[in-house]
Amino acid sequence: MSDLDAGSSKSESRSKRDTTHKIPPVHADRANRPPLDDAGRTRITPRVLAPASESAAACRVGPRRSYKSQGPWSGGEILTEALLREGVEILFGIPGGVLLSLFDSFYHAPINMILVRHEQGAGHMAEGYARATGRVGVAIGTSGPGATNLVTPITDAWMDSVPVVFLTGQVASNLIGADAFQEADITGITRPITKHNYLVKNADDLPRVVKEAFHLAGTGRPGPVLIDLPKDMLMSARDEVSWPETMRLRGYQPTIEGHAGQIKRMAELIAASKRPLLYVGGGAIASRCTAELIALSEKAKIPVTLTSMGLGAFPAEHPHYVSMLGMHGSFAANMAVSHCDLLLAIGARFDDRVTGRLDRFAAQAKKVHVDIDPASVSKNVKVDVPIVGDAATVLQALVPQVKPVDARAEWLDQIAAWQKEHPYGYSRREGEILPQQVLESIAKVTRGECVYTTDVGQHQMWACQWIPVNEPHRFISSCGLGTMGFGFPAAVGAAFGVRSQGLPVVCITSDGSFQMCLQELAVSVGHQLPVKIVILNNGCLGMIRQWQHMFFGERYSCSEMNLQPDFVRLAEAYGASATRVADPKDLNKALKWLMATPGTALLDVVTARGENVYPMVPAGGASDEMILDPKEAVAIAQRLGFESFEAD
Amino acid sequence: MSGTNRHIISALVENEHGVLAKVAGLFAARGFNIESLTVGPTEDTTLSRMTIVLLADDDTLEQVVKQLRRVPTMVKVQDYLDTPTIQREMVLIRVQAGDGSRRLEALEVVNVFNGKVVDLTPKDFTAELTGSENKIQAIVDCLRPYGIKELARSGKVAMTRSPTAVR
Repeated sequence: MSDLDAGSSKSESRSKRDTTHKIPPVHADRANRPPLDDAGRTRITPRVLAPASESAAACRVGPRRSYKSQGPWSGGEILTEALLREGVEILFGIPGGVLLSLFDSFYHAPINMILVRHEQGAGHMAEGYARATGRVGVAIGTSGPGATNLVTPITDAWMDSVPVVFLTGQVASNLIGADAFQEADITGITRPITKHNYLVKNADDLPRVVKEAFHLAGTGRPGPVLIDLPKDMLMSARDEVSWPETMRLRGYQPTIEGHAGQIKRMAELIAASKRPLLYVGGGAIASRCTAELIALSEKAKIPVTLTSMGLGAFPAEHPHYVSMLGMHGSFAANMAVSHCDLLLAIGARFDDRVTGRLDRFAAQAKKVHVDIDPASVSKNVKVDVPIVGDAATVLQALVPQVKPVDARAEWLDQIAAWQKEHPYGYSRREGEILPQQVLESIAKVTRGECVYTTDVGQHQMWACQWIPVNEPHRFISSCGLGTMGFGFPAAVGAAFGVRSQGLPVVCITSDGSFQMCLQELAVSVGHQLPVKIVILNNGCLGMIRQWQHMFFGERYSCSEMNLQPDFVRLAEAYGASATRVADPKDLNKALKWLMATPGTALLDVVTARGENVYPMVPAGGASDEMILDPKEAVAIAQRLGFESFEAD
Repeated sequence: MSGTNRHIISALVENEHGVLAKVAGLFAARGFNIESLTVGPTEDTTLSRMTIVLLADDDTLEQVVKQLRRVPTMVKVQDYLDTPTIQREMVLIRVQAGDGSRRLEALEVVNVFNGKVVDLTPKDFTAELTGSENKIQAIVDCLRPYGIKELARSGKVAMTRSPTAVR
């Protein structure tokens, strides 16, 4: 494994930094190229970047205005101060013409402004930061394209209820509506994908708006809030600024306490149930109710299944854990849902990827739904006992009322039998690395001592299946919107968030997804972040190919890549350590190298093409009608009439 | 399946830009169909009242109300289906009726409905009328034979009856 050795020696050479900003030469002939390493590859020393600001810790304390210029406050300075007052320690974004005065006020401010390479990266970093820490993330982009590049992360944060405040520049007020240069109606564009948005025309409104925005983003059902900032407002001056302690949000009062009578009914249903099941989603992580879930599960012997958003809300190592449910959930979890007589949904929203065919979803069960968002209750599935409130608060009230159950052998044994009958599995092959094997090895090598992020597609589903997550905030994936390109920038944001805990971040991605946002390697390397990238490289868009295999007569239209970059050299071009592994015998060693290599490192894993994710509930199918392995896949798909079925 | 009813939703909203767009967008995105929507100021200058009339079954209505309540600038949302309310609509209606006797007949119709003529020319007249939706519909039907040139209806505005008056 000379590649591996080369990688580790390279990481030492990276410590030498050059402070000039020269353009790298175009190598006309080989003689002019940088030296080659042992493996015959070009060894590249990264060019120097300004050192990462270490000022984050200072931002919550210290005298205000010390960083501020003399004289009146500019709009930009008011905004900066307002962000500091909200405890913001880090922002992700890119400046632009209309934002120059704001970035000027960042210049001396005790705030860590991370310059990214594409606004989409900034948005996903803010999401990754928010999901790893539970704090509100902040991303910033300029007017026009800067703002529209944020639309995907905004929608992603909306779908997965991630607390992020997005700041966008806007053209000067007198030009709004004039189709000015770099103008986009971003408040109009983002109205359906934000919890709320603001166009601030008067700098006097900034302190209140920022306070409201952080409150809206981080409370209730969390979500994105956008503040649009016209250039003239940011440049306007104020001699006096008032910092409001209160907000004017008459229309926003999330219900925290659940209805006492409904909680009592929930406890009664639990007492009466023979086959209860907890179905827990991302709301449980937002509400930080892991302890309460464990208490409830243990007191009444209730098994727990999680959604992909909920992974980590209940420890995977707990004996009551049944694994993920839904389209690619386990056989046991989907059978448990189909056979339970009481379904307790906590902070989950009955997404179509979870329920499949609605009338067959938990058809025998009475249903209780605890959610902080009234609009999620009885939206897709009618429930018997709706409880609007914060999950942790509701469960704290519930647990003392729950009758202890000593044993629930029949039901738990049945679930154990299902788990034994069809565990997640794959058959190893000689000479080829199977994607499932990579996830299994990652789980073994990392032992949960990291934060995981994933991109979107087959590798994401395998990650959900094979990685045991034992703590909340440790598994971050784009589940609602399914944004390819999310995983890597989210890993960078998460790495900033958990830096003080010394945790590495493992980004599980694929050749397709990684290429959608890989430019943020510059940020990851530039800030020496311990982001460990594993590319499951099968040279195709695996999930698309899987659907074409199963439902479109194996006509692989545009799902196979005819050209791939050399990911190892690509990573090295950015100054990251990288290597490739193709032999199953070397896989564990390569993963250990990855985790042991300081800073940002990439492992390109060449995996077998044509592996599909099982079990699978075809879209619109019933959750107990799973396709369990390749042998039955095509036959079942055809029986269900999917050959001509329109893929979603 | 629960039956479809005509609902009047009264919503007090913060008097800020973007609220109408948010509500309209919300209805469009979720495929809710609005029959009429009026917005106007209230006694509190910081609030506007939206009166939304829509046909919906119970499930749809529940989602409409919940989605509206999710909007932070939405201060209060009420469905008036089972609440005693006062509902009014206004219409401006321009009637052809150039010929002498027909014009007199048409004017008499306006009179019977307690309407008011607000514009009169040798070729036509314009009447104004307020009332319940049924009353508005009735005058429109009665005037149609005389030739309606133009018509503008305000959509419905509504308020609950005073609670003391009801109980």
